[in-house]
Amino acid sequence: MTLATRRALLGTALAVPFIRPSFAQAAPIRVGVLHSLSGTMAISETALRDTVLMMVEWQNSRGGLLGRRLEPVVVDPASNWPLFAEKARELLQVSRVDVTFGCWTSVSRKSVLPVFEELNGLLFYPVQYEGEEESRNIFYTGAAPNQQAIPAVEYLLSADGGDARRVALLGTDYVYPRTTNRILRGFLASKGIQGADVMEEYTPFGHSDWQGIVARVKRFASEGKKTAIVSTINGDANVPFYRELGNQGIKAEDIPSVAFSVGEEELAGIDTRPLVGHLAAWNYFMSVQSPANTEFLNMWRAYIRNPRRVTNDPMEATLIGFKMWAQAVTQARTTAVDPVRTALYGQKVAAPSGYEVEMHRNHHLSKPVMIGEVQADGQFNIVYRTPTAIPAENWSPFIPENANRRR
Amino acid sequence: MSKRLLLCLLLLIAAPLGARAQDGFEALAARLGGNFNQQAEAVERLGALGDPRAIPLLQALGDTRLLRLADGGVAVQDGPAPPEGAQVLRINNRVRAAIRGALGRLQLVSPDPGERRRAADAILRNRSADDIPLLEAALAREAVPAIRARMELALGGARLAASDPAAKRAGIAALGTSADPEARSLLLAARAANAELLAEIEAAVAAIDRRLALRRAAETVFQGLSLGSVLLLAALGLAVTFGVMGVINMAHGEFVMLGAYATVLVQEACRGVPALEPWSLPLALPAAFVLTAALGAAMERGLIRHLYGRPLETLLLTFGVGMILQQVVRLLFGAQNREVLSPAWMTGVLVLPGGVQVTQNRAWIIVFSLLVLLATLAAIRLTRFGLEMRAVVQNRRIAATMGIRTGRVDAMTFAFGSGIAGLAGVALSQIDNVSPNLGTGYIIDSFMVVVFGGVGSLAGTLIGAMTLGLVNKLLEPHAGAVLAKVAVLVGIMLFIQRRPKGLFALKGRAADQ
Repeated sequence: MTLATRRALLGTALAVPFIRPSFAQAAPIRVGVLHSLSGTMAISETALRDTVLMMVEWQNSRGGLLGRRLEPVVVDPASNWPLFAEKARELLQVSRVDVTFGCWTSVSRKSVLPVFEELNGLLFYPVQYEGEEESRNIFYTGAAPNQQAIPAVEYLLSADGGDARRVALLGTDYVYPRTTNRILRGFLASKGIQGADVMEEYTPFGHSDWQGIVARVKRFASEGKKTAIVSTINGDANVPFYRELGNQGIKAEDIPSVAFSVGEEELAGIDTRPLVGHLAAWNYFMSVQSPANTEFLNMWRAYIRNPRRVTNDPMEATLIGFKMWAQAVTQARTTAVDPVRTALYGQKVAAPSGYEVEMHRNHHLSKPVMIGEVQADGQFNIVYRTPTAIPAENWSPFIPENANRRR
Repeated sequence: MSKRLLLCLLLLIAAPLGARAQDGFEALAARLGGNFNQQAEAVERLGALGDPRAIPLLQALGDTRLLRLADGGVAVQDGPAPPEGAQVLRINNRVRAAIRGALGRLQLVSPDPGERRRAADAILRNRSADDIPLLEAALAREAVPAIRARMELALGGARLAASDPAAKRAGIAALGTSADPEARSLLLAARAANAELLAEIEAAVAAIDRRLALRRAAETVFQGLSLGSVLLLAALGLAVTFGVMGVINMAHGEFVMLGAYATVLVQEACRGVPALEPWSLPLALPAAFVLTAALGAAMERGLIRHLYGRPLETLLLTFGVGMILQQVVRLLFGAQNREVLSPAWMTGVLVLPGGVQVTQNRAWIIVFSLLVLLATLAAIRLTRFGLEMRAVVQNRRIAATMGIRTGRVDAMTFAFGSGIAGLAGVALSQIDNVSPNLGTGYIIDSFMVVVFGGVGSLAGTLIGAMTLGLVNKLLEPHAGAVLAKVAVLVGIMLFIQRRPKGLFALKGRAADQ
């Protein structure tokens, strides 16, 4: 043993008892928040920033983690996809965060993915998405298509959902709707619905003039078969879309629509009375009755102090991700990425949805699927839920080139 | 007895199950408190029973005002909140459709003509051969021609569902005389089960299609005009500031957004005052105009006038101002959309002669945009301010020597253009999101309209906006929304190559630059 090593060892031995009593002064654990606070996505993502900050405060009130305080580092990628990658690099290299919660759109996630892989960071992504991805540096706490899109369409085809035999797929023109609709076309074909019985239309982000498309859907519905709308419309464009549905008198009993990106937060900007009965599929609704949800709502109300602010599915997914990460850090006794990743597999959390969700080795959760009807007060009435949590299939069997990557 | 929390007298004790065929009103009503399947079945049987006592129950169930009481009975909620131990009954779309059909059967003989009309439409949608005698009886008593037509259609639908071929033929013929997409859908759905009547069905569908084709063409034109009117509103203010003054105002979209937020504020101020509530939109017009005009005047005097003749700097400056305004609104109001309620006279569908259906809010916006255009024209042509404005545009120096305070005219012109943007914001709050990003969606389109129509020409702005709207909507069904927009942009690029000054080229300060 060289002198230098011996000294180092001696130093450690001396230092450990010396440091232990002063844990309060130990370097804080840094939690990165990578959500757009300006630009088109701000409407959805600011609530997620608030959720992470709330969870950090909550964890600190319970004594932090490993005896260290948590310190949030908030950056604003401004709904600008390349800026997401820059801000991710800044978080990892300059702020040296131990974990990051962030992104909403798939395009932003695809933009930061190489950065997190290169620098071996840890990202929790809280939004339902199209699947076909699995990075060792990302944990996906939102739904994969088999946990949202497919059960929702299955419901529309059932007797309770209206026995639809014709489907209009309406979406915003980017990767999530296009991939989801490709999967859904495969699924519908397996149910015997194909060809002229499927209509597909895409619109730009922020599209506001829906009169032509809604009129075409009406025409599409007058072909003698029960028709339903499956909407992957994202962001702001939903408000004028639903307003047009209401104005053109499309009632949910005649042409039900199910949406995958419309939650309580999006409905807050709409007069929902004409929309009663239209559907949304998620893994959580604010109206769920469960002890964990009551706790979540109380925590949120105490934190945000604004009775008008609601909770939604991506917020719940953020909370699940945060709790799982905190449990994994406690279990691994470190915040280093590799041990935390290993510790994350198999973590379980009693989610506000009222089910116990588990992180699997494919970096996705098992989650319950719920279908809710829009109510006049902007909340959802849950009309269907799966009896148990369903494991994610992030590689869809309906995308042939990736189906063999399933495990 | 406290009237507030008073429950409706109907307290229905669950009757024992069994003897289903003889189930009376009470037993069926109690079953409304069951699961979705039991609810749907009970609703249908209540409709068939024909007991008018079911009407308030079914309506309450549809409006989620029906309660399941602790003892298993059901009652209509009367107070603002359900009493202790009672639970609001929830329904799904299947039950909702059953309620509509049952109410249709029960209300077909209602004294209210609106209810009878809705009832006939409901029966058409939930038709069954059992309704034939009901409809025939109702038709015999009906005097209003429009309702008779709907009832005949419903009768046609019910006959089509009958098993007797003669009745079916009569049903097909009745449906074939309409121009109703619903009737078309019924006929097409009946094809599979009625192979022997295929020729008649096809003929009836073809007859409906002929009538629908004209109507659809008219509706497409309306959609084009509606999009055109939105473009016109967004571009009019710019036609003044950019077209007349030659100032490239990138913050124009933000003025539109501020107009929309002014609407939100006025609406919130009116909330709770029943006399004002339906008129909050007209009241918002002056508020939005004054707010944005004042801001425009301040911006012109404080910033822009120092940069006249330097278009690049003006562009950057106004772009920055736009971003500041956006962020200020985001800080004050939050990034979330704000809800703007549409008054009753602006919601729903307006049926024009010939059965052409147009949405009320868009019809109003077309009217409003033309009114704003006329007001702008009048202000420029008929008022002293307009005269001075035109004089300054044509020759600033000579205008100044005539005693016109050109600086003041500049400020007023810019304020006027900004105020029009605010008015556009009030209208756009009815069809678009009121969020801090509202304006960014319109700025490009507005410049496109002004450049295409011809800088400085209001007539050009009108024709340009309407042309773009119509072309967009005519292309959309064939090319899709994304490609239609691309095609319009490419078309404008080619057009500007040929005619750089747009449709209507004008002379003036802007034309000289």
